[in-house]
Formats: sequence, C-alpha cells, structure tokens
Amino acid sequence: MQFNSFAEFINMGGYAFYVWLSYGVSAALIIYLLFASIRRNKTVLEQIAMRQKREQRLRQAAEKNMKKQGLSEPQINDEMIEAAVQHSTQASK
Amino acid sequence: MFKWLHPYANPEVSYNFCGKLQPWLFRLSALFLTIGLVWALLYAPADYQQGDSFRIFYIHVPAAILAMGIYFAMAIAALSSLVWQLKLADASAAAMAPIGAVFTAIALITGAAWGKPMWGTWWIWDARLTSELILLFLYLGVIALHNAFEDKNLAGKAAGILSLVGVINLPIIHYSVEWWNTLHQGATVSKLGAPSMSASMYWPFLMCLLGFSFLIAALICLRFRTEVLARNSMRPWVRELAMNSTEQKVCHSSSCHTHSQN
Repeated sequence: MQFNSFAEFINMGGYAFYVWLSYGVSAALIIYLLFASIRRNKTVLEQIAMRQKREQRLRQAAEKNMKKQGLSEPQINDEMIEAAVQHSTQASK
Repeated sequence: MFKWLHPYANPEVSYNFCGKLQPWLFRLSALFLTIGLVWALLYAPADYQQGDSFRIFYIHVPAAILAMGIYFAMAIAALSSLVWQLKLADASAAAMAPIGAVFTAIALITGAAWGKPMWGTWWIWDARLTSELILLFLYLGVIALHNAFEDKNLAGKAAGILSLVGVINLPIIHYSVEWWNTLHQGATVSKLGAPSMSASMYWPFLMCLLGFSFLIAALICLRFRTEVLARNSMRPWVRELAMNSTEQKVCHSSSCHTHSQN
C-alpha cells in the first residue's frame, strides 16, 4: 500500500485534480458507451417487433376489408403488405 | 484451410456465438480491471520524477494502444468487406467505430490531464497529439458515414474507404515521437522484448491493458450483434427473436396474458 491514510490517497501527492479527472472522465465515457450500446440493442429489437405487429394489423384489416367487399377468398400477398408498411411508416414520420 | 471459419459467415451462427462469448468477456474485463486499477491506484509505486500523477499512465497508455488496435481491426474488417463483400465484416466495422472513438477520446483527455501538471499545458500542437486528434476525427468520420446512408451496403463502402485511407495515420502516430521533436516521451512499453520500466509498474499496466481489451471485446460483441439484427431485420430468425424479446418484457410488467393475446 502506497498511502498511509484515505485522505492521502484522495490527495494523490498533490495531483488529486488531474488523477481523479482522468479516472472520472474515463469511467464516465465507458459507462456511457456501455449503456448507449445496450439501449441501441433494445431499440433495434423493439423496432423490428413493432414493424411485425404493424404488418399483422394491416394484414387483418385487409382481410376484413376483402370479406366485406364480398370477396370470399382474400388474396393478399407479401408485396401488398410490404407496400402498406412502407406507406404507414412514411406517414408516421 | 478456412473451412472451420465458414459457418460463421452465417449471421445467425455469428450472432449466437458472440452472444455466448459476451457475458464471459464482460466478467473477465471486470476481473482484470478491478485487479489492475486497484493495483495501479493503491499498490504501484509513485514515479520518482512525476509522483502520483504517474497513475494516469495506467489508463492513458492502454487507451491509446487499444484505440490504435481497434482502428487496425476496423480497417481489416473494412478491407474484407470491400474485397470479399462480407456483410458481417461490414457489421463488425460499424460496431467497432464508436468504441474506438471513445477510447481515442479517453487517451486524449487523460493525456491532457497528465500534460497540464507535467508539461505545464493541457494541449500543444505537437506531432503525437495532433496525429492522435486526427485519429479521433477519422473515427468520427467513419461513424458519420455509417449513419449517412439509408442503404447499409453503400454506407459500409463509403466508411470502409475512409477507414482504409486513414490507416496511413497509424504509423504516423506510432513513429511521431521519433520523427519529430516532441514533448511527448518515447515508447516505454511497446518496445518488443525489453520494456523500459520496472516490474512493479509493468504488471499493473498489463492487468489494465488486459482488462480494457476484454471490455472492448465484450462491447464489440454487443454492438456487432445489434448491427447484425439491424441488417437482417427481415430474416425469420431475427423477427422471431424480436417478438420473443419484446413479449418477455411485457410479461415482466405483470399483465402477461392480456398483452400476448393482442
């Protein structure tokens, strides 16, 4: 142990400001990076799930509409859903 | 020869592999950083000239070395993405850029905080400091290019070319202290074979270097997996994963059944 007391440790031989500035800023930056990375991971997963739910809703709505118009067999393909999702994402922006 | 590598070209296999590595890398980094930083702050001797301000060294030097190391790794990933069109290499390059930028910033800031008491100035436009600042700008440029295009392949190409051009900066940073007269001291630890410092300082330094390396590896895993998800958002396995992960979250907030039925 290089220091005799806690106060001496905090003082860092007179260099307290510079040493603790270095350690503090480094810790803050790393913790920020860590949490930003975790948050981005969650956001991406949420966006993918949200898009799927929107697709499901649009598909159900389209099927209902088709039935209402008297088309017994609703014919909806993936391209139509894709176009609808694109449209609704642009609208929500 | 590269047969064992082949399955990892599949995004799902890579995603799961990194997912398995990630918690262990975080644990190892916590272990080595605790040992290294406690050793550096409490048990390593004070420098006979610089006193306790020398303890900044244990963050400054690992951060500076690793910032260059990440850049080199990112440039290799960018090269393999440009030459062999490996989409995963592109994802890993995009994952590494922000981590490299943070460690370059740490090297610069701790360097300034060390320079003030030792040289009497926070900043000087000398070769080592300026080339390190350029490294930070290169990282920021790469990050900006990755985010500048909606099309991730196009973004990867533009960012990849910038990172390859920027490789020229790495030898400049390393040899800047030899080529130009500078306030910054010469290499102490990166001399192969015989580091010019005592073992009582070298060992805590090595622990910190290892700890930061594992931390960076863990962060790369985490960010790489995010990039893989974002780039494969239409694949069935990603869609399933996204649905499962959000449903789990709903279950935590007590009203599991009503939500999952909707």
